[in-house]
Amino acid sequence: MADVTLTIDNKQVTVPAGTLVVDAAKRAGLDVPVFCYHPKLEPAGMCRMCLVEIGRPMLDRATGKPVLDEAGEAKIQFMPKLETACTNPVSEGMVVKTQLTSEKARAGQKGTVEFLLTSHPLDCPVCDKGGECALQDLTMAHGPGQSRFLFDEKQRLAKQLPLGELIWLDRERCIQCARCIRFQDDIAGESVLGFEERGRMMQIVSMSEPGFDSIFSGNTTDICPVGALTTSDFRFGARPWELNAAPSICAQCPVGCNLTFNTRREAKADGQIVIKRVMPRQNEQVNEIWMCDKGRFAYHYVESEKRLTRPLMRRDGKLAKVSWKAALDLAAEKLSEHKKNSVTLVSGRLSNEDLYNLNIFAGKTEAILYTDMGGGDLTSLVGVSDGTNIGDMGKGDAILVIASDLYNEAPIWWLRIKAAAERGATLIVAGGRAAKLDRFATFTIRYAYGDEIKTIEDLGGKSKIAEAFRKAENALIFYGSDGLGLAGSTSLAAACANLLKETNHIGRRNNGLVGVWPRVNDQGAWEMGFRPTADLAEALKGKAVYIVGADPAGDDPALAKALKSAKFVVVQDISMTATAELADVILPAQPHTERAGTFTSGERRVQRFYPVVPAFGESRPDFSITAQLARQMGIILEGSSLPIVFDFIAHSLPAFDGLNYDRLAEVTEQWPMVGRGDMYYGGTTYENKDGLGAHLSSAAQRGETFKLPAAKNVKPLRPKEGELLAVPVTQLYDLGNTVASAELLAQRIGAAAISLHPETAGKLGAADGETVKISWNGSQSEVRVRTDEGLAAGVALVPRSFGIALREPMTLTVKPAKKVK
Amino acid sequence: MSLMEKYPKEVKQILAKYPPEFKRSAVMPLLYLAQRGEGYVTKSAMTEIARALDITETEVASIIGFYTLYHDKKEGRYRMQVCADLPCALRGADKFLAELCGNLGIRVGETTPDGTVTLESVACLAACDKAPMFQIQSPDGIEYHENMTIDRTMELVEALKRSGQEGR
Amino acid sequence: MAHILLRHRDIPNLNVFEVYKKNGGFEAFKNAVKTMKPEDVINAVKNSGLRGRGGAGFPTGMKWSFMDNKSWPHYVVANADESEPGTFKDREIMEQNPFQFLEGVALGSYAVGAHAAYIYLRGEFWQVAAFLDERIAEMEKAGLLGDKLFGTEYSLRIHTHLGAGAYICGEETALLESIEGKRGQPRVRPPFPPAVGLFGKPTVINNVETFANVPMILANGADWYKSIGTADSAGVKIFSLSGRVKKPGNYELPFGKTFRDLIYGEGGGILEDRPIKAIMPAGASSSFIVADDKALDTVLDYASVRTLGADLGSASVIVIDDTVSVEWVVNKTLHFFKHESCGKCTPCREGTYWMLNVIKRIEHNRQAEDVSMLYDVAKQMQGKCLCALGEFATMAVTTGIERFPADFGR
Ligand SMILES: Cc1cc2nc3c(=O)[nH]c(=O)nc-3n(C[C@H](O)[C@H](O)[C@H](O)COP(=O)(O)O)c2cc1C
Ligand code: SF4
Ligand code: FES
Repeated sequence: MADVTLTIDNKQVTVPAGTLVVDAAKRAGLDVPVFCYHPKLEPAGMCRMCLVEIGRPMLDRATGKPVLDEAGEAKIQFMPKLETACTNPVSEGMVVKTQLTSEKARAGQKGTVEFLLTSHPLDCPVCDKGGECALQDLTMAHGPGQSRFLFDEKQRLAKQLPLGELIWLDRERCIQCARCIRFQDDIAGESVLGFEERGRMMQIVSMSEPGFDSIFSGNTTDICPVGALTTSDFRFGARPWELNAAPSICAQCPVGCNLTFNTRREAKADGQIVIKRVMPRQNEQVNEIWMCDKGRFAYHYVESEKRLTRPLMRRDGKLAKVSWKAALDLAAEKLSEHKKNSVTLVSGRLSNEDLYNLNIFAGKTEAILYTDMGGGDLTSLVGVSDGTNIGDMGKGDAILVIASDLYNEAPIWWLRIKAAAERGATLIVAGGRAAKLDRFATFTIRYAYGDEIKTIEDLGGKSKIAEAFRKAENALIFYGSDGLGLAGSTSLAAACANLLKETNHIGRRNNGLVGVWPRVNDQGAWEMGFRPTADLAEALKGKAVYIVGADPAGDDPALAKALKSAKFVVVQDISMTATAELADVILPAQPHTERAGTFTSGERRVQRFYPVVPAFGESRPDFSITAQLARQMGIILEGSSLPIVFDFIAHSLPAFDGLNYDRLAEVTEQWPMVGRGDMYYGGTTYENKDGLGAHLSSAAQRGETFKLPAAKNVKPLRPKEGELLAVPVTQLYDLGNTVASAELLAQRIGAAAISLHPETAGKLGAADGETVKISWNGSQSEVRVRTDEGLAAGVALVPRSFGIALREPMTLTVKPAKKVK
Repeated sequence: MSLMEKYPKEVKQILAKYPPEFKRSAVMPLLYLAQRGEGYVTKSAMTEIARALDITETEVASIIGFYTLYHDKKEGRYRMQVCADLPCALRGADKFLAELCGNLGIRVGETTPDGTVTLESVACLAACDKAPMFQIQSPDGIEYHENMTIDRTMELVEALKRSGQEGR
Repeated sequence: MAHILLRHRDIPNLNVFEVYKKNGGFEAFKNAVKTMKPEDVINAVKNSGLRGRGGAGFPTGMKWSFMDNKSWPHYVVANADESEPGTFKDREIMEQNPFQFLEGVALGSYAVGAHAAYIYLRGEFWQVAAFLDERIAEMEKAGLLGDKLFGTEYSLRIHTHLGAGAYICGEETALLESIEGKRGQPRVRPPFPPAVGLFGKPTVINNVETFANVPMILANGADWYKSIGTADSAGVKIFSLSGRVKKPGNYELPFGKTFRDLIYGEGGGILEDRPIKAIMPAGASSSFIVADDKALDTVLDYASVRTLGADLGSASVIVIDDTVSVEWVVNKTLHFFKHESCGKCTPCREGTYWMLNVIKRIEHNRQAEDVSMLYDVAKQMQGKCLCALGEFATMAVTTGIERFPADFGR
């Protein structure tokens, strides 16, 4: 858009047309105070804090030209009333006088503060927001020294009201700015907050079940300009000014949200530094200023009681604490002994540096990625390229989401793709069941589970949808493993890659393939050369295994069995898992909060994380442990300097070419500006000072020639009469190792349940909430039934990480469980 | 029984008034429909309306909370809403209301012990030239009573009580 | 002079379809659709000098010509919220002369190319809405509403929509929110409804009385209408007269009569023949006018009333005599505005609450400090609210204290 020049407080400012006066001032370094305005939300103009004087050039009615004064300058006509800077867009020649140059504006703002304080309690000394409160700050800066309101005439309202079990409301502190409601309506698309009553009685309510039923609820506490909304996790936890801040990356999903961990020393933790809360950190290309509740509340696994603090070794059948030397000696000895017959099994929980070392360590022996989703080799070829930003996508672009329930698998992508669709991007949502994203889709495709490949092939054809995708200026495909196992997702990736190539949607920014991986760094593991295997049990049997960051035994009894028959098992992990229970040697590792490193997101953005708290016990970072183990076996790996390991990576992998730790730590100016002295503007989100990261290049972008594999047509499984088609799906809150220990989330996690269409359930004589016995592939289990109208008949959704080991689509039978007396 | 089952014709008529993509507009008429019978909106009616209009229960509740003619609690079957606003007050409405309280034996905001009448004082009802006046909001709608006297009002209350007993 | 709006006072049973029809009803609409271009209808209304009767007095034809013709469909909304204390004219029109109003809505719709019109009635007008629904059905049956009217391509449907007890829904953007099934809270303006209105589309909103004028203007010509009233304010206006007068009620007068004509002529003078003290010309939102001879002889039109430091608004004239204290009146208005503030913007939400607290204290124990505080709080609200309600809430306070200091012990 064309630029507009205006004058604010005697300063000439040039900004794009359409910019609001408040933002234009901000860009010019002039702060207009706001409460209800938030740069990510549509202006509401309701708090009346941003009052300024606005003048516009007088226009001659006849000619439409500006009227000039004696000096030849355009005559400026000021409005008789103050106007809100947050609702008025700039216009050419406009003259704005803020509180800095206008007594009238100053008085207006002072009045607004006085009005707000008439209803606000004076409980700053015990308020969680004290120290980072917009009202506190703006009262100091712009308010009257003294209020004329008689304090005991203040309205009394509920002060400790749980909106759900995660967020609390203090109704007296609320200043009715509706930021939280507007966030939920417009950004999260979950209208579970509203006002009840009107006038001075207006109060926030949530009527959902469970209360405040949104996976983005924590964000409202960041943008609430007062201490009205607080999280159960942090309330009464600490004062903001006691907190230290450490930059990090969320490790819960492949989005790679930028975070800040707040910490402080605590006496009750023996003077240790502990994590007090998790806050979003701005990265406009990744998570903007948001994060999901899983990231915010599930971090407690890093401080769980199950954490491993010392190496352990099996002696007389029992695990006993030993020194690092003893543990490493034995592990090295046994792994060397079975060198030809050993396997390295890793997971996407690990950093790029860990995985690089592990891959060299594995050498020619088998290096397996523990996952049920394939296709990472293809995302390396045709994955999104440098500069990709969903936030830039809109009209003319297309996004296809297939076999992924992004809401549950990668919440912030869900949020950003929804926004892209609202900006006009063509959104195609293809799935085997109804998903939350459908509501925002331009086209929804509902296929029968098993027909994923066919669905993509059809998109290469002639339909209206196919046309829309082909003609899009830019196109992304997000594919996942909803209802798919390794074989299915591998084929799906190939089909998607081919479609992108045929439609010329590769090798450029905002084009390409994105894998919705189950773990934070699965993409990194693929880049480092790890590959999943079709039959993991077979691969483990009779081998010497080095398992890092994975819990196969906890997920699947068949894998536990395979491990039991392994020759020797070394487990390296952060906490005690079912797999570790089976180990001969256990090496305690550090979660990402205790060390530095980098992760590669699903969008192939490499980002740095930094140590947040000191290491637990004697735990060490994975890359070091591997280097130490390797050294004993005669392999030289870098085990102390992460930047050096990263340089090795950059030199050996073309995708990483040109990247280094300094480059990843670079920051360019982001809009909106947040997290400085002006918390009233963007909320308590942290400013990013520690790196926006960088994209890996794709082979397509580098202009390499490569051949894409054709999609293998896996024959869809069609169950017989009396059987159901059971498919694995991902639930946001599950019983995985990184979630289950978050007590706060227990209610949202719920019990293991399979989901059936009500009619299917009816035919089986099972009602919603009832327990049934299920059998599949020789296994049996008792689970609850949940009914879901959005499913196809004859399909059973089986949630992953809920103790039901279903790793591929399978047939399953359901019988009523015996009634327990 | 659900609203849609009870009043299929009305629901259809209501929905037909608004463009299909703005069916949320139907929330206000549907809430009136929901108040038929009980005189207030039950939780299950709220849920039903939310589902039918693709909005959340919170959004429905927030509408109920804003407008004074919707109720989410059971009170008297008849809400006697006396205008005591400026123009009526200039013609004796305050005195009328006070006497009414005395006669009914309740204060403004209270309900007669038999659950027949809840007495309320409301803002101007656009009948300023016919004070004293009030409206009666019942589950079936709203009726104006203008140029009233205490005697005639009490006769009306008696009639309401009788019809309430017959109805039961 | 025969009535133009309250014609039912001259013609019995005018709310019966046949009677209205027999008296020339619907001819203007039929004629417009069959023989006039929409612009011609707009021009006729423009030339008549008709100004909005809902309060702001904005020229109606001009408003219609602002409709954004790049964005479709267009909507017409009739504002029948009538909630300003002291206003009860629209109800009489809708009950007694409904077809003239509906025909006006139809003409307005044709003029701006709308195929759907909504009548927003305050929830208390439950019976009026039911009555209008029946009248609309009669018009549909007679082929005056529906598809392809009079053999042309033009189609029109009129719907009623009931509010549910909220004065703020008379504010036009709050009203639109309410039709959209939301809380009745005003929108930020601009954009104004003729650009972005109902369902995000260009919308014309006019008061019931405004619409009721339109068939007569089209039937008798713009010049005829313009010849009635004053140079500033053309035509007739219904005055809702209430308070301490002998004969309260609606009176249709051409602009140009005086307060004296209205209050002592039509209204029969003050109850018990007491001296008149103050006039609120626009309901509870008014500034007080000191009812001296100069005021009483002031001409009733928009410009002249302004010379008295007040607005004519919707012409809901509340008369106050010497038995009434202005402080008591202010107390009443503050109860009203505190109850009706929608809560969206700070100054109104907090200011009305604060002012009510202060006036209640003044009622029990008047102290000069509280009177000054009341005045200051009102001043602090002025010019800062999101919509006019907040402004309205202060008018009686500031002008009451300024013009009747004795009633506040000053
Ligand atoms: C708080 C408030 C209440 C209002 N109430 C009404 C009302 O009840 N009826 C009405 O016609 N206009 C009312 N108005 C004026 C409308 O906003 C709008 O100006 C009017 O409907 C336009 O129609 P007109 O041009 O025909 O007057 C109100 C305005 C405000 C600010
Ligand atoms: S002035 Fe009052 S009614 Fe108008 S927006 Fe503000 S709070 Fe609402
Ligand atoms: S009104 Fe502008 S910030 Fe609230």
